[in-house]
Amino acid sequence: MRIMAQVAMVMNLDKCIGCHTCSVTCKQVWTNRPGLEYVYFNNVETKPGVGYPRGYEDQDRWRGGWTLDTKGRLQLKAGGRVRRLLQMYYNPDLPSIDDYGEPWTYDYGTVIDAPLGTPNPSAHSISTLTGRGMRIRWGSNFDDDLAGAPEHAPSDPNLAGIEERVRMEFEQVFMFYLPRICEHCLNPSCVASCPSGAMYKRAEDGIVLVDQNRCRGWRFCVSGCPYKKVYFNYKTGKAEKCTFCFPRIEAGQPTICSETCVGRLRYLGLLLYDADAVLGAATTPDPQDLYEAQLSVFLDPEDPAIRAEAARQGIPDDWIEAARRSPVHALAVRHRVALPLHPEFRTLPMVWYIPPLSPVADVVHAEGYDHADPDRVFATIDSLRVPVEYLANLFTAGRAETVRLVLRRLATVRAVMRAVQLGRDPGEDLPRSVGMTAEDVDDLYRLLAIAKYEERY
Amino acid sequence: MAEPLAPLLPGGEPVESLLRAAQFFTVGTPSTDYREVHREDGREAEEFYRERWRHDKVVRSTHGVNCTGSCSWKVYVKDGIITWETQQVDYPSIGADSPEYEPRGCPRGAAFSWYTYSPSRVRYPYVRGPLLELWREARERLGDPVEAWAEITGDPERAARYKNARGKGGFVRSSWSEVSELIAAAHVHTIKTYGPDRVAGFSPIPGMSLVSYAVGTRFLSLIGGTILSFYDWYADLPLASPQVYGDQTDVPESGDWWNASYLMIWGTNLPITRTPDAHFMTEARYRGQKVVVVSPDYSDHTKFADDWLAARPGTDGALAMAMGHVVLSEFFRDRQVPYFTDYVKTYTDLPLLVTLAERGDAYVPDRFLTAADLGDASEGAAHKMVLLDAADGTPKVPGGSLGFRFGEEGKGRWNLDLGGIDPVLTLYGGHTEAVPVDLPRFDVGPTEGGSAVRRGVPVTRVAGRLVTTVFDLVMAHYAVRRDGLPGEWPAGYDDPEPYTPAWQEKITSVPAAAAARVAREFARNAETSEGRSMICMGGGTNQWCHSDQTYRAFLTLIMLCGCQGVNGGGWAHYVGQEKIRPLTGWAHLAFALDWQRPARQMAATPYWYMHTDQWRYETFGAGELASPLGRGLFAGRSFADCVALAQRLGWTSAQPAFDRNPLDLADEAARAGRPVGDHIVDELRSGRLRFAAEDPDDPRNFPRVLTLWRANLFGSSGKGMEYFMRHLLGADDAVRAAESPPSVRPAEVTWRDEAPRAKLDLLVTLDFRMTGTCTYSDVVLPAATWYEKYDLSTTDMHPFIHSFNPAIAPPWEARSDFETFATIAREVSRLGAVHLGTRTDVVAAPLMHDTPDELAQPGGRVLDWKAGECEPVPGVTMPKLITVERDYGAIADKLAALGPLVDTLGTATKGISWVPAAAVEQLGQDNGRVRAGAGDGRPSLARDVHMAEAIMTLSCSTNGQVAAQAWEALRERTGVSFADLARESAGRRITFADTQVQPRTVFASPEWSGIETGGRRYSPFVLNVERKKPWHTLSGRMHFFLDHDWLVEYGEMLPNYRPPLNYARLFGPQGIEEENRPEVTVRYLTPHSKWSIHSEYQDNLHMLRLFRGGPVIWMSDRDAAKIDVADNDWIEAYNRNGVVVCRAVVTHRMPEGTAFMYHAKDRNLMTPQSEISGWPGGADNSLTRVLVKPTHMIGGYGQLSFAFNYYGPAGFQRDELAVIRRRSQEVRF
Repeated sequence: MRIMAQVAMVMNLDKCIGCHTCSVTCKQVWTNRPGLEYVYFNNVETKPGVGYPRGYEDQDRWRGGWTLDTKGRLQLKAGGRVRRLLQMYYNPDLPSIDDYGEPWTYDYGTVIDAPLGTPNPSAHSISTLTGRGMRIRWGSNFDDDLAGAPEHAPSDPNLAGIEERVRMEFEQVFMFYLPRICEHCLNPSCVASCPSGAMYKRAEDGIVLVDQNRCRGWRFCVSGCPYKKVYFNYKTGKAEKCTFCFPRIEAGQPTICSETCVGRLRYLGLLLYDADAVLGAATTPDPQDLYEAQLSVFLDPEDPAIRAEAARQGIPDDWIEAARRSPVHALAVRHRVALPLHPEFRTLPMVWYIPPLSPVADVVHAEGYDHADPDRVFATIDSLRVPVEYLANLFTAGRAETVRLVLRRLATVRAVMRAVQLGRDPGEDLPRSVGMTAEDVDDLYRLLAIAKYEERY
Repeated sequence: MAEPLAPLLPGGEPVESLLRAAQFFTVGTPSTDYREVHREDGREAEEFYRERWRHDKVVRSTHGVNCTGSCSWKVYVKDGIITWETQQVDYPSIGADSPEYEPRGCPRGAAFSWYTYSPSRVRYPYVRGPLLELWREARERLGDPVEAWAEITGDPERAARYKNARGKGGFVRSSWSEVSELIAAAHVHTIKTYGPDRVAGFSPIPGMSLVSYAVGTRFLSLIGGTILSFYDWYADLPLASPQVYGDQTDVPESGDWWNASYLMIWGTNLPITRTPDAHFMTEARYRGQKVVVVSPDYSDHTKFADDWLAARPGTDGALAMAMGHVVLSEFFRDRQVPYFTDYVKTYTDLPLLVTLAERGDAYVPDRFLTAADLGDASEGAAHKMVLLDAADGTPKVPGGSLGFRFGEEGKGRWNLDLGGIDPVLTLYGGHTEAVPVDLPRFDVGPTEGGSAVRRGVPVTRVAGRLVTTVFDLVMAHYAVRRDGLPGEWPAGYDDPEPYTPAWQEKITSVPAAAAARVAREFARNAETSEGRSMICMGGGTNQWCHSDQTYRAFLTLIMLCGCQGVNGGGWAHYVGQEKIRPLTGWAHLAFALDWQRPARQMAATPYWYMHTDQWRYETFGAGELASPLGRGLFAGRSFADCVALAQRLGWTSAQPAFDRNPLDLADEAARAGRPVGDHIVDELRSGRLRFAAEDPDDPRNFPRVLTLWRANLFGSSGKGMEYFMRHLLGADDAVRAAESPPSVRPAEVTWRDEAPRAKLDLLVTLDFRMTGTCTYSDVVLPAATWYEKYDLSTTDMHPFIHSFNPAIAPPWEARSDFETFATIAREVSRLGAVHLGTRTDVVAAPLMHDTPDELAQPGGRVLDWKAGECEPVPGVTMPKLITVERDYGAIADKLAALGPLVDTLGTATKGISWVPAAAVEQLGQDNGRVRAGAGDGRPSLARDVHMAEAIMTLSCSTNGQVAAQAWEALRERTGVSFADLARESAGRRITFADTQVQPRTVFASPEWSGIETGGRRYSPFVLNVERKKPWHTLSGRMHFFLDHDWLVEYGEMLPNYRPPLNYARLFGPQGIEEENRPEVTVRYLTPHSKWSIHSEYQDNLHMLRLFRGGPVIWMSDRDAAKIDVADNDWIEAYNRNGVVVCRAVVTHRMPEGTAFMYHAKDRNLMTPQSEISGWPGGADNSLTRVLVKPTHMIGGYGQLSFAFNYYGPAGFQRDELAVIRRRSQEVRF
């Protein structure tokens, strides 16, 4: 057993208001520079939707992440090393600028400097690549809030298998938000893809970085990352990516995106894991088992033996303590309400998501309501608008049962706490039905709802 | 420590051999299985990012933008340059079992620092070339700046030369000294020639930067200028609030949502419009809160609903009426809930008696029965309501009504303690007689006035009058059948008659069963939680012509279920609302009440309606909206006539007041040796003098000088923008409407055949960015940003007060608003001393709310002195006429010193007053004292921080000693002790320095109605409920019933559903209808933008890149298909008011027939030429126009009395339609 520590994040999509504050604060601090106009270390996507860059989740097209070869061995989806070597000068899997959208600015000076006689001085869009006037056709968040969804959203790969049930029509409409940063994977395919050895995963905290001195701009990391979270700075010719705000983490501060998250939905914490178990987990044959496999890699910091071994292997005491009070551990491992994004990419991503609840699909006939009993105010999970299968395609490689259990746990917290606040007996049955105790419910409520600063980070 | 681990590669023997061979790619030590390579070097590059993060200092500031966020931010500075900002997280805790307020902020605020160095930052004072040339020439030649201004504006040719250039570029850099003299000359000339009330200023929402607002209005108040309201103009003021509660708006802080166990979100998109607060809603769900969203589209907040009720836009009132029907049926008729019954008996007007009047073969509700009707001749008897005591069935006069509020006899009796009376709620059961009553309905009928429905009520006779209770009227009105009563009643919920669930389904499309279930759940939740059901409401339901009615239907649910004045319950109105927590100090400074009283405060909607000549384009009169049950009071009257009448009767403010300079009126009276009031009454009576509103197109009545600060009037709030362009500015415009035909022109307001253009002589705008208002201004002054000045910020969304602080000094030639107005004041004083000296001004002041003026017109009857229906008596039947001495040489001195009236007349708030002697003394010590000049010896207000300190020292919310004085004043009137509330803040004071350290929690205060003592969340009217302090209404209770003549005429005595105005019928088809050019007519809504706060940030590069980089219209895929529009296509949207050119967002989240354009899309960005108008294609307000709903101008009667931003016509815009067509995809800018 080789114990390593990893800083990880949980985002509670059930709380995400889609405000994009995280994108802006991140942008201002890290990528507000020439060459990175189109770059969002942190971005927020509307689901259903094609994401940024357009359609990045479709690995049949981009060939990012890992796959298993015919013998069940892990291999980069883009192919073996030799094949990639042969394609050094022609990488067919790179997104084009149209997939990101041509970056733009405006001729702002016009508004002040317009000569006398100019009718209504008004700035208009110009390309930051060419400096010429341009028509804006795509961008990092062009499909926010289902904008253009009837045209674009049908190509959302997560709709695979449920296209018939999810038509882009008003009567069936649903949406939620998916904020994304680099996953800082346990098994990062970007790192494995880099021909220059410029990418690395830090030993102490697992943060994945691009060495700006060593990067040669091959951009295999860009194509190798199935989340498309490595970007190319077209001014410096180097790759750049989310740093998990390591200069802040090192100073004991949360990442910018976390601290400025006004929905208070981000949690940061340390996880201990067995580095020797990573390969085994990543090569789990059935993609639907990858979630459980990844959980099996994590070590229980409450186990004295693990703590002793961690200390022996040189992990500092305060890090071990941090792992014990890690909200990420609590949400992902103990309560099992946070799930990894696209485990089927086999990178063992370390940004986890609590899936969202949603309005009932049918306000009259939703299961669980009783028109004669106004005290039954919540419908059952299967009545909700967002199809569980859609969420399963995002978070469990399609295993709906796992998502359903998470949503039921959230619903259980709500039902129990409603009873408590209205002075009714919540009973034990409901928590038990989702494998929780009353104490679990209370702890989870505290984490989800009260969520004090010092308990989020 | 560095031990990089990379890269992980496929395992297995063949790969391993390859890996060994491939090590030239990655130097380092491979792991034993060759899947990892460990390297010790390579970490130097991390320095790049560490260096990026490093900074020199962090400064606390915030954003003075009209969003109610009031978020405290960390502004980072590196090498003297502002780099970025992140949210502060140091708000005081609000308790262990609650989420906290950290972090507060949103993407817009996070992008603010971009403006500091943006290419469109206003760096210098600018004047448009033609004006500057004229000015320099005349100034040089004449020597006297005032004479120079007189000459330029007095010569039509010269005036046209610079006015015609408005909005057409050509700005030239000037200097502060030159431009401030020009501005001062315009002020002095206008005051001298036309009157100080022809100088106007507009700035909204003081709470977002208290000092910056106050310094400008203080300057205007000192010179006698007109200060324009904003809350009503924005259509954010919920008129139902003054109507029902007698308060402008008083709502819970967002932390109180946490206490709600049932939350309906009805017209306010919390994630977008209350971004930093929304988390309390998402988190309360885990505490078991149920969330219901009523929204026409699947919006950001719909995501959080348990139930989404997709009511059609503007039909919310119908849904609310049906819910009221369910609640009354199930919780008041079928069974009674003691909590509800006790609540409505004590805190609402439901048990009060109302007289019935015969009308044809039935009755109509008439008036509240009053003590005067019982023969009581005591003080205030006509304003004391009556109820029946269940004990003996006799009429009783409970305390708390307006009749007890101001007189000597009412001292100690103005409270809601029933003192053993058990009010009779319903006569039903004990009645011997029942009569049919006719009640208005608006869902059917040939005009906007709708039709009538006949129901019945139990009655009795009191003092010879036929009466019933408000409750019985409400039951009849809501169609809650009770056996044996006459009239027509629906058979059940499924009977599609008003106001059943089935009835509303036809109108709203919300399934009847869902409407009934939600209503039932809402009430049941309130029953079990004792009132913790809450409705968040806002622009989506508040910006319609008849939103006051819609809101009253919402508030019915709140009041019936005992939710108001309960933590976690009640109404939560969130659009444009704010809370200037240190209200008293702020108000006295902002309106210079320390030097002279009153200030000229004006309701902006009628002001702009008249002065931008929107009144000239009506196709129907005010009678169109009147109920057939009315008496024809509006027959033949135009909306402009109603404005003139309401001003003449002293109901609403009239500024400018007369068609003569008020300084001259005072001089005339002085020469005649008569009181000014007598002189004016005589002149009016003789017809020699007229109210300005009776002839708005007379050049003597034009607004002449307008200053805008903290505002973007044309780019944001200027509804009817194209009319502003045409008539106020004389710029090019895209108005397509024809003027009113003679048949619908005003009966009384003078119609001039040629409509004036370019009324305004000078438009000055202070801003830090070149907005669409700046580009149309004559003078643009460079303002400091929010990171470059000191100020204060408060909101009602949280209980804290915190500060702005400069991260850097104002760069280039920028100045803070405080410095700018001080500069202008000095120049005005210099020129004023010469040209004006000391003059007597006469202010026509309306009958004011929270003063004895509320008693002026008992019974709410319209008596027009001009028609001979009564005598013209200032302060009773017409405006008060108050003289004010103005020393125009001392304006700057007075601006910078706290005047003496706070020591003599004292300070007042909401009807109570006290003399803050100790606070003034304290302030003199803190700020120092002025030496010499008009303010000699007075506490200094020379600096912005002085003013901030003065605001806090004089206010109850921030100075415990002042709070104690105010609580005592309130005790004296109510007879109720508040000593316990005063105790917690005794001896405590929040200073400006405190706010620089951390946001500070304000104290419980009689300026407001919550009880924050003991760490409670702010919830409005808790004070009223828990301490039985009356509401500021006629009855002292919350009102279901209103009995003013004009409300009766409009059929609005009780809450009701009034549909959106039928513009298709009233204005006819507005399409161009060219062949082969498909068009679609849609409901045109202008909700708040996701990417900006009004027009702020809509030009910010960071925000523009986050979506589509410019204005768009959201439309349904079904509508888009009809006109062959694909997503992102360029389109034109137009109607009679103007044209907009933008791109289309095509989506299935929008319902068919409705389109959104985010409001405040300024025309300074991405506004190409229109195919239809040939002129650049406008902004969202190019398609809007205001109409003045006459009932919003009622005055002189209880809570229906004027106060600034409290009661005034809403500038609503959501009833509008637009025609959309695809246009050429080639656009030109």
